[in-house]
Amino acid sequence: MGELRLMKGNEAVAEAAIRAGCDGYFGYPITPQSEVMEYLMAQKPYETTGMVVLQAESETASINMLYGGAGTGKMVMTSSSSPGISLMQEGISYMAGAELPALIVNVVRGGPGLGTIQPSQADYFQAVKGGGHGDYKMIVLAPASVQEMSDFVKTGFDLAFKYRTPVMILSDGAIGQMMEKVELFDPIPRRTEAQLIEQCPWAATGKPKTRDHIIITSLDLDPAGQERVNLKLQAKYRTIEQNEVQYEEIACEDAEYVFVAFGLSARICQKSIQLAREKGIKVGLFRPITLFPFPEKEIRQLSKKVKGMLVVEMNAGQMIEDVKLAIGCDLKIEHFGRFGGIIPAPDEVVKALEQKLIGG
Amino acid sequence: MNEQYNHPEMQTAENLVYKRTDLLVDRPLSYCPGCGHGTAHRMLMEVIEELNAQDNTIGVSPVGCSVLAYDFLNIDMLGAAHGRAPALATAIKRMWPERYVFTYQGDGDLAAIGTAETIHACNRGENITIIFINNGIYGMTGGQMAPTTLPGMRSSTSPYGRDTHIMGHPLRITELIAQLPGTYYVTRQSVHTPGNVRKTKKAIRKAFDIQAAKKGLSFIEIVSNCNSGWKMTPVQSNKWMEENMFPYYPLGDIKVDGALIEKKAPAPEKE
Repeated sequence: MGELRLMKGNEAVAEAAIRAGCDGYFGYPITPQSEVMEYLMAQKPYETTGMVVLQAESETASINMLYGGAGTGKMVMTSSSSPGISLMQEGISYMAGAELPALIVNVVRGGPGLGTIQPSQADYFQAVKGGGHGDYKMIVLAPASVQEMSDFVKTGFDLAFKYRTPVMILSDGAIGQMMEKVELFDPIPRRTEAQLIEQCPWAATGKPKTRDHIIITSLDLDPAGQERVNLKLQAKYRTIEQNEVQYEEIACEDAEYVFVAFGLSARICQKSIQLAREKGIKVGLFRPITLFPFPEKEIRQLSKKVKGMLVVEMNAGQMIEDVKLAIGCDLKIEHFGRFGGIIPAPDEVVKALEQKLIGG
Repeated sequence: MNEQYNHPEMQTAENLVYKRTDLLVDRPLSYCPGCGHGTAHRMLMEVIEELNAQDNTIGVSPVGCSVLAYDFLNIDMLGAAHGRAPALATAIKRMWPERYVFTYQGDGDLAAIGTAETIHACNRGENITIIFINNGIYGMTGGQMAPTTLPGMRSSTSPYGRDTHIMGHPLRITELIAQLPGTYYVTRQSVHTPGNVRKTKKAIRKAFDIQAAKKGLSFIEIVSNCNSGWKMTPVQSNKWMEENMFPYYPLGDIKVDGALIEKKAPAPEKE
């Protein structure tokens, strides 16, 4: 059993970074995630594990610091919230193109624009569909608890290095701010330079006489070359879709209806299941944990056994598009969302189920 | 033509007075004939060779004419997004403190889109070297107005000359960053004559020695010609540079050992 602590989601991310053997954190303050850097600065990991923690002048700078660190094989991360993540899209696109591993935590707040500082899930499209320019994806993990905020830091780094790709933890202001019991994983030592050079032969670490010089770039001016780059990326994304889908089903065995929800909405739906079942409505929950790769096959399988699905999101209807793409037109699929920082109450969700699916 | 010079029997050790450094990749440069980039590349690589630091140097190239610098410099390199090279170099140096880390950037990259990254890397006193090629124009995209374009100077986006009332003033970013306590060595050089080439190489060597001594950030501006963008012959462009660029961007050290050099104010703008 690992060490137990009562922590905020944001603090759990920071503690997990130190324990995962992270080499560098680069960030810029923004509500509701500033506790990540505050916690790291207070812990001073640069005096213990040697992890660098640096406050950058902007999110543009912090994501490009990640690009620099990742290009040399270092284990680097940043965190921000929606407006800051918008500024980072440039760097994320470059890292996807140059095939660099990095972890980006988005503690989502309501938008568009400056929006609000309250929780939201309105960055689903931006996270899952690319966000920046060009044909790319990143692996997106959606935690529904403070425990998963910690666990997914380790999972995220593992996946980032396994596939040499940026990975995003798509959280929200509520999961970032709320306190829960966390079982922390045991610390993993940071890699030595020799281990890094052995594990990351692709990284720009200084050219020895024994190999060619390494160039980290996303540029290939030759169209045939750039198409090859794109084909290689697409092949990688297909492999990720094959191997890395994660999801959870709750109370689906006898379910006639299913909520489909990720992150905080999935937590709310667990209470809604209880309320609905007290009324005699047999409802379950399908929770995608990886938003890319989306659990298409699994949700299609489940759709054959139920009368309808209610996609519950704190946005105007984003993941529902992927649900519909996975299932097609054979099933009634409705959306229920609150947005702008409003968190739906469990009984609101049940009412929406009754009105939109059962009564409708 | 080649046969005239190809006399292997003459290429003996005692006859060898000059050799291209092995740290330049043997391939044609993508720069226009007459451009200063090639010489700046060579000085940089000669310094790294002298320091025996090929395996201990990580460079960052920009977006601009020198976007492909990594193809010519035979060391490990990262190609940054436009203007972001100092952010990359910051992280690299912080996590590889024993490596020499440099950025190589043009004036559009460093003094327009990357102004924030430049100023903040300088202000934090990152222990890196910034090589700044200032030719007063966006060369690669076809000769548009740059932050450093002189008043009255014609470019494809200031076809009637830069009107400072409408288009703002040329930015002396080197003087600006010299004011920051984080910068240790700030100098402005050129590579248009053999004497200036030697001074530039000395400046680069000094900057790398400062890195090794962990004393802080060195910033080397190289005022350069852009004969294509300025629509001149290489010889004309060097003359024009001496007559027009140098009065506004005077050569010489601006800050040495962390202390500003007292000098008379550079020439005011000519309208």
